[in-house]
Amino acid sequence: MHLSVLTFIIALPLLTGIVILLLPMSEKKAPRLLALISSLIALALSVWAYARYDIPAGGYQFIQKVDWLPALGISYHVGVDGISLPLVLLAGIVTASGVAVSWNIEERPREFFSFLMFLAASVFGVFCSLDLFMLFFFFEMAVFPKYLMILIWGSPKTREYGAMKLTLYLFLGSVVALVGVLAMVFLSGANTFDMLALEKAGFAADFQRLWFPFVFFGFAVLGGLFPFHSWAPDGHVAAPTAVSMLLAGVEMKVGAFAALRAGIMLLPEGARYWAYVILALATVNVVYGALIALVQTDFKYVIGFSSVSHMGLVMIGFATLNREGLMGAGLQMFSHGVMTALFFAIVGMVYDRTHTREINRLGGLIKVMPMAAVGFIISGLVSMGMPGFSGFTAEFPVFMGAWRSAPIVAVVAVLGIIVTAGYILLVVRRVFFGELPENMTGIIENVSGLDKFTIGFLSLIMIALGLFPSLMVPLVNSGVDRILLILGGR
Amino acid sequence: MLIGHLLSLILFLPTIAALFMIFLPADRPRMLRLFAFFTSLLPFVLTLILWGRFDSQIQGYQFVENTPWYPAIGSSYHLGVDGLSLPMVLLTTLLVPLSILASTTIKTHQKSFLMLFLFLETGLLGVFLSLDLLLFFVFWEIGLIPMYFIINQWGGENRNYASLKFILYTMAGSLGLLLAIQMMGAASGTFDLIKLTSTWPDTSPLPLFGLSPATVKAVAFWAFVLAFAIKVPVWPFHTWLPDAHTEAPTPGSMILAGVLLKLGAYGFLRLVLPLFPTESHQFAGWLAVLAAISIVFGALGAYGQNDFKRLVAYSSVNHMGFVVLGVAAAAMAAGTQHAIIAVNGAVMQMFNHGLSAAGMFFLVGVLYERAHTRDLTRFGGLWSILPVYGGVLMFTAMASLGLPGLGGFVSEFLVVRGAWAVYPLATALSMIGLFFTGVYILKALKMVLQGPLNEEWNSKLTEIRLDELVIMVPLMVLMLVNGIWPAWLLEMINKAAMAVF
Amino acid sequence: MGISSGNITPILSILPEILLLILALVVLGLDLGLKKFSPALIGWVTVVGLIFSAIGGVMISGHQSGGLYIWGGMLRQDAAASVFQVIFITGAALTAFFALEDSKCVSAEFYFLLLISTLGMCLLAASSDLIMIYLSLELASIPLYILAGFHYRETSSVEAGLKYMLYGAVASTIMVFGFTFLYGFSGTTQLYAINAAIQTGQIPPMVTTMAVMLILAGVGYKISAVPFHFWAPDVYEGAPTVVAGFISTASKAAGFAVLLRLALTILPVLSPYSPYLLAAMAVASMLVGNLLAINQKNFKRLLAYSSIAQAGYILVGVAASNNLGAAGVTYYLMAYLVTNLTAFALAQVIGQANSNDDISSLAGLTQRSPVLAFSLLVSLLSLGGIPPFAGFVGKLLVFSAGVQAGMAWLVIVAVLNSVLSLYYYLKVLKIAFLDHPRETPLIKIETNSWRIAFIVCLAGILILGVIILPWYGWSITAASSLALY
Repeated sequence: MHLSVLTFIIALPLLTGIVILLLPMSEKKAPRLLALISSLIALALSVWAYARYDIPAGGYQFIQKVDWLPALGISYHVGVDGISLPLVLLAGIVTASGVAVSWNIEERPREFFSFLMFLAASVFGVFCSLDLFMLFFFFEMAVFPKYLMILIWGSPKTREYGAMKLTLYLFLGSVVALVGVLAMVFLSGANTFDMLALEKAGFAADFQRLWFPFVFFGFAVLGGLFPFHSWAPDGHVAAPTAVSMLLAGVEMKVGAFAALRAGIMLLPEGARYWAYVILALATVNVVYGALIALVQTDFKYVIGFSSVSHMGLVMIGFATLNREGLMGAGLQMFSHGVMTALFFAIVGMVYDRTHTREINRLGGLIKVMPMAAVGFIISGLVSMGMPGFSGFTAEFPVFMGAWRSAPIVAVVAVLGIIVTAGYILLVVRRVFFGELPENMTGIIENVSGLDKFTIGFLSLIMIALGLFPSLMVPLVNSGVDRILLILGGR
Repeated sequence: MLIGHLLSLILFLPTIAALFMIFLPADRPRMLRLFAFFTSLLPFVLTLILWGRFDSQIQGYQFVENTPWYPAIGSSYHLGVDGLSLPMVLLTTLLVPLSILASTTIKTHQKSFLMLFLFLETGLLGVFLSLDLLLFFVFWEIGLIPMYFIINQWGGENRNYASLKFILYTMAGSLGLLLAIQMMGAASGTFDLIKLTSTWPDTSPLPLFGLSPATVKAVAFWAFVLAFAIKVPVWPFHTWLPDAHTEAPTPGSMILAGVLLKLGAYGFLRLVLPLFPTESHQFAGWLAVLAAISIVFGALGAYGQNDFKRLVAYSSVNHMGFVVLGVAAAAMAAGTQHAIIAVNGAVMQMFNHGLSAAGMFFLVGVLYERAHTRDLTRFGGLWSILPVYGGVLMFTAMASLGLPGLGGFVSEFLVVRGAWAVYPLATALSMIGLFFTGVYILKALKMVLQGPLNEEWNSKLTEIRLDELVIMVPLMVLMLVNGIWPAWLLEMINKAAMAVF
Repeated sequence: MGISSGNITPILSILPEILLLILALVVLGLDLGLKKFSPALIGWVTVVGLIFSAIGGVMISGHQSGGLYIWGGMLRQDAAASVFQVIFITGAALTAFFALEDSKCVSAEFYFLLLISTLGMCLLAASSDLIMIYLSLELASIPLYILAGFHYRETSSVEAGLKYMLYGAVASTIMVFGFTFLYGFSGTTQLYAINAAIQTGQIPPMVTTMAVMLILAGVGYKISAVPFHFWAPDVYEGAPTVVAGFISTASKAAGFAVLLRLALTILPVLSPYSPYLLAAMAVASMLVGNLLAINQKNFKRLLAYSSIAQAGYILVGVAASNNLGAAGVTYYLMAYLVTNLTAFALAQVIGQANSNDDISSLAGLTQRSPVLAFSLLVSLLSLGGIPPFAGFVGKLLVFSAGVQAGMAWLVIVAVLNSVLSLYYYLKVLKIAFLDHPRETPLIKIETNSWRIAFIVCLAGILILGVIILPWYGWSITAASSLALY
């Protein structure tokens, strides 16, 4: 039987998760080793797929289709295009980094790494899905790893609240989207969950306008669209480092990606009708998220809200419905994923050593953990949209797209950039520069070699993409071509 | 092959050197400094070669490199030099090695400092070399970051405040520039400066808030102007400058005053005037007024200082005012002889101010390193104990003042000559400002060198060292050359000025 | 209507029922004659016999999906009946195994009553006549009244039995009252004949709607739908846990079997409002069940309210009254059977180890028994409708049917409710996975039979959740055979 590389990418972490769970409880080292090996292989496979994707041909590639429930048009149907392939790569990168920075986790390592692998399998599955049933299947499969990981390994004060809020919000968003999807499948008479078939279904304009908000805003909850964003900071902050990395780095992209795939691409007329609402809300995201991040006193909350702010740019890019905007959004998903993963990794490293995340109680850490400081500064620069880094490569086209469709959005959203610069510099100065607090002098260790490697790896990706946009742009562009075709060549 | 990529080589050699430094040991500051110095000499030597092969008779850009960089949005890696940018490249590649030599005062984390410095050089050179609007912006912003950290990490007591003010001012200024660039790119589908220069003046901008196209263009024009005016800086956007200069370490101040301020002026000449000829003409009067105010208030502000470094910092506002005055005149009278003379003067002034300001900041640094104070009231009569230092300081100050025979005179004269016919009132005001320039420089010289000697310095202060003189000599030679034989530079500038205006 | 008679077919058609009856008698006989054998043997015999009956049921369903009226039109042996019979028998077999772990339930009487009740359900699933419906409903219910009170030394158990009986009696009386209306309108008690009679009749819709409401009351009690749910929490809490599990799964499935048959035959014809009545019941059940479940302290009561809410979700499929809906209900009931039996089996062993059923005593379950903790996770998430577990597919199918029937608003209510329900399921998981145990003893399982049944349930949850095709095939066949009127 023909097996797609994507099947391996999905199945590998899933099986690893099961195998780890079956190990004896006393086993402390094997889980992390298995998880690392498996996530590195998954990463290697996704790099391979990335390199082998035929850009001129475009469209969905590495397709595999196995009937699952043919009566309802449900199948195991995987394939990637220029939009989803970078996200598969992102998931590979973040998963491997997440395992690396969790290397020394002490509490219940077996369950931890097992759940982490389930979470990874879930996001891989969503990004590769060409079938809406499968998309939901994989997305909601992650409910329990998410919930339990935040609950068990999260920060003690807020983990119960954060875990519950995050899980319920994400579930709520997905089931609302589900209603819209069911309407597409059953009410329109299409009677299939296959996205490729639904793309051609040609839904009536009224139908699209009615159901688009269900699908789009449902998924947009997962993408952190205002005013449904509040799960994100609370959840990310409560979660343990690796989970924050995956949640903010990848899971939010799952929402955005699904909103694009199932919302904009299947209901293009609805997208046109609702575009201005999305633009307005996303603009609020950008500015409001940044302003709230500015006034946080908790290091991790700053990053949490910054994610809200940056995801707003992705949504703006979507809603412009033109080439620049969509391409920028595609790049921004990847760029923000790597950036925020690095942010959370470093926040985790700092917290593990200082046991506080209060900005006012930290300081001078560049002296004891210079590599972490450099990594934070680099992701800070990406976050500010500094030219030369991936954030600029991604955000600039989004703004250009906004200029084409709604200039006021560009003018307002640009405020987010200056506020972002403000909070990033503030945090860098307070946490990494200045004097090391008395009680921390001499007891703080530098980050481990594996941590350094992870920081360097993630930083390099962001710089490379900033200096050489062509590493990803042609690929994303080929994906955008298809979307534009669906949108009617606008 | 190498000649074909000469500009890239000049541009990225410092970065490559900086990356190489990662692998050098951090605890050998002397070795690191020498490494950085010699590697930064390479771009200088290459610039001299460039200069030698540059044909000043040809109008337009030379040594052009053009490869796609971000084709999806119409941006390319497009480099080239003409008579406007080449002097700036020379100034940069000259000042960076000298500043690195001056970095003996940096006592901590020398490795990071030198690396940042080399990154900074790439950022600065990139701005002068870019022929692509987006690439220009990339380098424009990149330069900020090393400078921020240089001030923030190695600056004086108030460094946090000063560095934040510096970066927020300049970033806020860049926002409008960013938006305008986005809008221009979205409207014309390319960022290529050569293409934009010919098409943009006739392209209608994208609609914004239902304003008329002319108004939108005017808004974009002001967005550009604001970004560059902050960088120059023009009154009233200058307040970041005294703080940043005063708090920056000596090498940082040298580059800040010597090169960074020129970015703004260069932006006016390279982007604002060619891209917005109509708007420039329309609003040039405002610019002239601001320039005159900068000249007068800069001088008065400098006079009011008792901190030697702050005084020199304000002098930059004063001197850069002439550059802006030249720009304003050129904008108003584009196409006439006056405009060309004014532009000649402005570019020349940029070069000369780069030399004299870097020299002045270095000399302030020399004194501060020995006395640990910059309070003018505590000095006096130092000439008697530091005759060589006194002589050097006197020379540099005179060049800054505009003494005939030294560089400053030629350039300020040209600016005034060009602007006189266009804006007599503003030029007259500027002449008054020039008078105040003399006043504050003489005040500084008097308080440092003349008068009764403060006894506490008698045995404490030592004469300027040879390695410090090595830094000053090239600067002083150039000041003198520019004063007596400016033609070597003006010929080139003139050709470019005639091409652009 | 071709009511066939004569030859061997009628006998073969009720083969599962006959086998069940024989099995029940064998169990009684074993008890009388072979006292010296281990009581566990009776359980094993029951299970083996049930498996044979189930296979009998499958064989029939495989042959006659078209529907065959037998015994004078009292029964309609079709695919729906067969599938439901397999569900009931599987439920009974699993319950029989689970019961072996509960020493107070291990007796021939217990198994006899269980089998008789199952027999009643099997007949109910095939009933196509009002009288037969009533009779088999009673046959299924009366043994359950006794089983609910089977821990007769515990007052709560006795109370549960009594309460169950009182409510049951009232409900079935009301239903019979409703049936009399139907007979009055149509002059027949045969379901598929009523249909034809009513279509031509001129009865005011007010009156027929009233009849529908009365009938719904009776069935609503069986499926514990609001507002006929009051018995459920008390009975689930008081009854032996294995019995509660059986009541909440097989017995509920029996209720739905008859409701489905009614909804696809006479209800739409009787009253244009019946889909809305069903939808209203669905909404009320979901809301009441979920809202009241949130604050429960007792695990079995929580499961009771959750089971009320689950009835609400399933009612969405019934209200849709289309083919997909019927298939969805069938699938949902299969999924629900294995899922809820797992949950009750857990409640059973954990309750025995702690000697109470408080949710707080689940604390630290993951340390006391990781396997049980993960099983709890599987069952609760399946109840919550999370993939890759069975509940996800069930929910998806009934919701799909709702949308297909143009009841998107109902589906929106339903999905919002499933978010609500996830809240309290997760809260239980939090206690099990995070909190520190108050009591530390490891939870011991005594019998292999319990383990086997448990593994079957867990496997069922996963298989129904991932390998959808064969079970969906059954469900859709069953649904199609119901719709032939």
